[in-house]
Amino acid sequence: MPVGLVVVSHSRALADAAVELARGMLPGRELAVEVAAGDVDGGLGTDATAIADAVTAADSGDGVVVLMDLGSAVLSAETALELLDDDVRARVVLSPAPLVEGLVGAAVTAAAGADRDRVAGEAARGLAPKQAHLAG
Amino acid sequence: MADPVDTAALTAWVGEFARLVHEQRDELTALDAAIGDADHGANLDRGLTAAVSALDAEPPADPAAALKTVATTLIRTVGGASGPLYGTFFLRAAGALGGVTDPTHHGTALAAAFRAGYDGVVARGKAEPGDKTMLDALGPACDALDRALADGEPLDEALRAAARAAADGRDATVPMVARKGRASYLGERSAGHQDPGATSAALLVQAAATALTGRG
Repeated sequence: MPVGLVVVSHSRALADAAVELARGMLPGRELAVEVAAGDVDGGLGTDATAIADAVTAADSGDGVVVLMDLGSAVLSAETALELLDDDVRARVVLSPAPLVEGLVGAAVTAAAGADRDRVAGEAARGLAPKQAHLAG
Repeated sequence: MADPVDTAALTAWVGEFARLVHEQRDELTALDAAIGDADHGANLDRGLTAAVSALDAEPPADPAAALKTVATTLIRTVGGASGPLYGTFFLRAAGALGGVTDPTHHGTALAAAFRAGYDGVVARGKAEPGDKTMLDALGPACDALDRALADGEPLDEALRAAARAAADGRDATVPMVARKGRASYLGERSAGHQDPGATSAALLVQAAATALTGRG
């Protein structure tokens, strides 16, 4: 099974659109992407319990890479780790990547069957192509 | 002798914290509007209202379970950064209370729970004292609580000392330059404003000094 991905954002619309963009790069490929975004009332916010549930849903045993927007999304993702079982927690990587660039890089490598560390590495260098292009 | 850290006392503490935050919701939001995203009062009020309801709906079995319920409810319902931060405070405090059985050490146990909660907020937010955060109220409160108990003060007196230290710590955030969260984007312009997180944290300690005293 491919590595699972979780998208954490303050905004459900932002997360869904980022996932749509990433899936657009993967015509016909399978990918486990779960979204944990928005507060309990559908407003802007993040919820660590929803993130923990999303990680559990995305995990097929080969690990999960979590992409986040910023601020409380990061704090909530870290808090979610405390709520997970030890064996699941050990398979989760919280990515420092920018959300959109990191998600696209992670999605392409995960769908190609790369392992968790490779997927996380590709997400983490998500800004590199843009930086190289604009510097050139 | 009444038990200062029994389940009912901790429930009363959270209830008093919720009452204070609700009462000062607009002030907290106004402080947050100056340097943050103007949601601290509303977010925390929503979360604590939900926490009080959760404790009411399903009375917890023991002190640790009470604080665990508060933690998960705040994590789920607050939405902003104060959700995971206060959630982690209560989660770690619950962990510290888990093994407490000897009533002669309840003051020390309560201080240890506060300290564990504080350490959790440090680990979660990666802020340091002086960064203009809730730690600037919580840290002095933990220190005052520990010091008073070490000096042999009764728990009531130690909690009042902690509340005074938290209020002083809150006031001391006014000239600080924010180094964490949205306020940090403002740099020097964040100076001159009282930190909303330190303000709500001082209410948490004030609530403890109200709800957990007079029980001995």
